[in-house]
Amino acid sequence: MVAPATAFILVFSLVPVVYGLGISFTEYNPLHRGLPEWVGLRNYADLFTQPQFGKALGVTGLFVLMVLPATVVLATALALLVDRPFRGVGAVRAALYIPNIVSLTAVSMVWLWIYSQHGLLNELLGLAGLPAQDLLHDESTALAAAAAMRVWKALGSNMVLILAGLQSIPRELYEAARVDGAGPWQRFRYVTVPGLRPILVFVVAMDIIYLAQSFAEIYVLTQGGPLGSTTTVNYLIYTSAFQYNQFGSSSAMAFVLFAFIAGFSLVSVRGILGRQR
Amino acid sequence: MTARTIDGGRRMAAATRIALIAVAAILVLVPFAWMASIAFTPAEQAFGSISLIPDNPTTANFEAALTQIDLLRALGNSLVVALVCVAANCLVAPLAGYAFARLKFPGSGVVLLVIVATTAIPVSVTLIPLFLMAKTFPLAGGNDLFGSGGTGLLDTLAVVTIPHLVGAMNVFLSRQYFAGMGSELAEAARLDGAGEWRIYWRVYLPLARPLIAVVAIFSFTGTWDDFLWPLVTTTSQEHYTVQLALVQFNATGNVQYGPLMAGAILITLPVLAVFLLNQRSFISGLAEGGTKG
Repeated sequence: MVAPATAFILVFSLVPVVYGLGISFTEYNPLHRGLPEWVGLRNYADLFTQPQFGKALGVTGLFVLMVLPATVVLATALALLVDRPFRGVGAVRAALYIPNIVSLTAVSMVWLWIYSQHGLLNELLGLAGLPAQDLLHDESTALAAAAAMRVWKALGSNMVLILAGLQSIPRELYEAARVDGAGPWQRFRYVTVPGLRPILVFVVAMDIIYLAQSFAEIYVLTQGGPLGSTTTVNYLIYTSAFQYNQFGSSSAMAFVLFAFIAGFSLVSVRGILGRQR
Repeated sequence: MTARTIDGGRRMAAATRIALIAVAAILVLVPFAWMASIAFTPAEQAFGSISLIPDNPTTANFEAALTQIDLLRALGNSLVVALVCVAANCLVAPLAGYAFARLKFPGSGVVLLVIVATTAIPVSVTLIPLFLMAKTFPLAGGNDLFGSGGTGLLDTLAVVTIPHLVGAMNVFLSRQYFAGMGSELAEAARLDGAGEWRIYWRVYLPLARPLIAVVAIFSFTGTWDDFLWPLVTTTSQEHYTVQLALVQFNATGNVQYGPLMAGAILITLPVLAVFLLNQRSFISGLAEGGTKG
């Protein structure tokens, strides 16, 4: 019964990982006839001397830092608001989830308009008597503009998961805390927060994994610019592999990204769980 | 404090809560309202006058989106790809999840752990190897038996579909869901002489509607919304998926927001329909899959 799924994942996930690791030790241009040339660890060594890869790692990390805390805090607040039933609660939950099901390319188009010269943002700034901005073409604001969109997009899925966490907390715990004289803040701090810990671990780890791979919104909103200020690692991998045909060094970049993602998700998981003990 | 002021305080709190929810919902949905507004605004009014309800609403932008790019064909392509992936995932993932939850076999824990761990593999790690595997697929696209000479499976709908046929996350969610259902039903059925396949198909699967909704939505939206893989494997317009068609439309020089928003709406409606039809089961299925087990 498990054979079809397991075989599939073996062929389409694990085999490519091993294959890709092999490619990362070679110099390989797929347009040239002939086999990949073995270069050992040279691609990895070169990455740390190339400024553009270091910069892309920094941009990716900054992007995660801009999106993750904001989206988790806002999603928790939203989940608390829609936790208790009221008339229309199902419709509200579904509405809040909608940005998550619309593709990144489509929502990026909408935000491209919002940030454009005559878009919503500049109209609102104009109404408030403030000067127009061109956030996506300014080196200091482009990444934050993309991050703002991603906060909005990630809210729904995080909210649904945190909501599930809230509803798994036994109601008796709240009653017991109330009997012991705990106020709303204390109930939140000593019942809700510890009860949410397992789901928050999951949410934070998944968000790090997804956000560190940001690509489509960068492709649509900024193409990695201005001056590389929004070139995430995945965007750099795409251009170096599929525009410059450097399959070897692009694979090495992917494995370094993998190591960072695995490391940071483990550290954050341990951080959240660790405080429990 | 009298009973009346406590009641008044509660009512205030409830009113504040409803107001906050309304503000949040409006903020979340505002970009979509404008998306629709721009899509129905005539091109000559698109700049300068910004009103949520267009003066002379028009469907010209939708016509432009359908004719300037072959969006109809892209919608057809994406529909075929997504439906095949939904069928494959709904067939294979719950089956594997059930087996991981119910039938302990030697090494099942390790295999499950490896499957869950694959969800953390970045797309860019498998992108290049999968691209090369598709390119060197034997006896396809002009390739010889050893996979050289041609383009293999590149630039076909098959290559866009295949990597999405089984989602590791769907297997894990299925395992969680069936683990949360308990084994009493299986024991009762076994006493009645039913085999494992029969127990799965006749007893557990019919009770797993919310799970099927989750797997269907995840595989549909995952395939429909995918961008990077079709971008690197597809070159000819006849094989474009909807995301690729929309982005290529945007890349054709001067941005025309009217047709662009109309196109974005057209490619969003199918996922929206799939989600809204299943959302009740979806949210409860996700909640059970996420917290139990």
